[in-house]
Amino acid sequence: MMTVGLFVPCYVDQFYPKAAIATLELLEKFNVKVSFPAKQTCCGQPMANSGFSHLTQASDELFTEGFAEFDYIVCPSGSCVLHLKDHLHSVKHPQKAEEIRSKIYELVEFLVDILQVQDLKARFPHKVGVHQSCHGLRGLKLAQMTELVAPGFSKPVHLLNMVDDLEIISLSRKDECCGFGGTFCVTEEAVSVKMGKDRVADHVLNGAEYITGVDLSCLMHMEGILKRQGSMVQIIHIAEILNAN
Amino acid sequence: MKDHSRLSEVFNEDEQRVNWHDETLWWIRQKRDKAANMLPEWELLRENASQIKHHTLSNLANYLEQFESKALANGITVHWAANAVEHNEIVLSILNRNGIDQIVKSKSMLTEECHLNAFLESNGVGVVDSDLGERIVQLAEEPPSHIVLPCIHKKKEEIGELFHKHLGTAHGEADPQVLTEAARQDLRSVFLTRRAALTGVNFAVAETGEIVICTNEGNADMGVHLADIHIASMGIEKIIPKRKDLGIFLRLLARSATGQPITTYSSHFKTPRLGQEMHMILVDNGRSRQLGREEFRNSLKCIRCGACMNTCPVYRRSGGHSYQYTISGPIGSILAPNLDMQKHADLPFASTLCGSCTNVCPVKIDIHNQLYQWRQVLVAAGKTTATKRWGMKIASTLFAYPALFGAAGKLGRSLMKITPYLFKNRLNPWYHQREMPAPPEQSFREWYKKQRNNKD
Repeated sequence: MMTVGLFVPCYVDQFYPKAAIATLELLEKFNVKVSFPAKQTCCGQPMANSGFSHLTQASDELFTEGFAEFDYIVCPSGSCVLHLKDHLHSVKHPQKAEEIRSKIYELVEFLVDILQVQDLKARFPHKVGVHQSCHGLRGLKLAQMTELVAPGFSKPVHLLNMVDDLEIISLSRKDECCGFGGTFCVTEEAVSVKMGKDRVADHVLNGAEYITGVDLSCLMHMEGILKRQGSMVQIIHIAEILNAN
Repeated sequence: MKDHSRLSEVFNEDEQRVNWHDETLWWIRQKRDKAANMLPEWELLRENASQIKHHTLSNLANYLEQFESKALANGITVHWAANAVEHNEIVLSILNRNGIDQIVKSKSMLTEECHLNAFLESNGVGVVDSDLGERIVQLAEEPPSHIVLPCIHKKKEEIGELFHKHLGTAHGEADPQVLTEAARQDLRSVFLTRRAALTGVNFAVAETGEIVICTNEGNADMGVHLADIHIASMGIEKIIPKRKDLGIFLRLLARSATGQPITTYSSHFKTPRLGQEMHMILVDNGRSRQLGREEFRNSLKCIRCGACMNTCPVYRRSGGHSYQYTISGPIGSILAPNLDMQKHADLPFASTLCGSCTNVCPVKIDIHNQLYQWRQVLVAAGKTTATKRWGMKIASTLFAYPALFGAAGKLGRSLMKITPYLFKNRLNPWYHQREMPAPPEQSFREWYKKQRNNKD
């Protein structure tokens, strides 16, 4: 039986446990042996993207030791996965870190590319807007990017299309950044919020009841703006929709 | 000095204006998309252009020498300038030698980079910019806010006011056609009377010693053809090996910049006409240093199309002036720190690293990766704040110990419930315009331990 190590990013662990539970349950539906190693914290991206990549050594070692044993590592966040794929580095176990970088997957790409899911017993009778988180999109290439002259595809939409009674709304700007950007959201507060407001407005004006995506960091930022506006529109991680019945 | 973040905050005080700025530039991004999608070979063109630039940068010294010898043979005088000061001195010496105290200049971001106008004016030489956008920002006494669209931050009513003041158009006149005509008439006398014309360079062909200048207004041609002296300033990275390479770049340049298939004028200047002097100034100004920085070398591939600015969600909502460098937006943010790390330390952080810039770049510069790399270089060089340094140290310590992280998280979530005012206050930039996430009863790790009886 295929073994999967579940990596739950730090802020998902603390603020969005429901998304992590949905990820765990969803994977278990497909006969995968999933474990959550207790010795895990963060991918290191908050430090690295702020210019402090030299401070990620401890979390890198922790990650390498905690996850080396699994066939695959799966995480419900495109951004954290991209960071680990690009930058995970271990002094103690360089080989293991190298292997992890090629066997770690974001949840959606794991379902589509590795498990090759054809059918989901899920139902979500709502109008849903899909937010294309940049690192999942342009880094992991979970969908085609509007800048390129290339055939279209979308792994998240491919899965959402298997969910009963779900309607995907269309957006005027298909893959513009929401403005979260890690520490950018506080160091460049004005632009970050304006980007978030504009992104949220696109979903709201096009009739979304829910905004979903592969990264809760973007969704958390948009949720903060929606709540401040007193909007009824909610955010939901894609795992929760795919696991809904 | 105000940094990008602070200036963006000021820019965002007028939200309607931000919307207008964003939509104007997004419209150009969409025109670019349409033009690119007309060519099935678009991605191949980008790849070819990137490879040609790669090859050229790898052999830059040879191509520069080849260009120089061909240009000399064509009757062009070639000057080398190590930096902005030398460049400006060379221009001034050519003008002084010929007793010229008034020149006309077509668009050149290099002369903006060297602050040539201010230098010449302080030495008694008058400069008139002949590109319409450049003329507008010159009259407004502002730097350009965009390399292709220098006055994109100005509304037509504001340009009308400026022209009313300087060119005598009717008060309240804001019809673009009327204003453009006024600028044309005003520039006509300038073109007819200036004995020296300064231009930029889009491409310099090593094989032939010729230069190519792309404009939509024909203003470079007008200036050069009517002047006794043509001075062309170029950064040393503008070289391409062969004339046949031009087709690739010309097809990419205007489509990327404005969505046009090609600029209205793509003019070749190879040899001075009879009685004319033609000078080429080849400027380094930090370029060879950038070439020596392995992780940033690709930035020199830039052909100055501005596509990365038009697509950048941060640029569109912060305006070009917030970058405080001649070349704003994503590409400016990876070029500027090379010139002055201290002054431009804010720029690599003025990005969400969304990567859209890299995807539109016609020469495939990995802009967002270089922004990430600059952040590492700047922090290593100490160009950061004590607050950030300590914040990051504390965070990395928490992340090193899972038990500590779990406990800190639990404590934090409790505090958010018991003492919400600790988080919901003016000192928290998240809370200023966003609600905090609602802290759940238990974290996932707590849930997992209970539900799945996790022993470790």
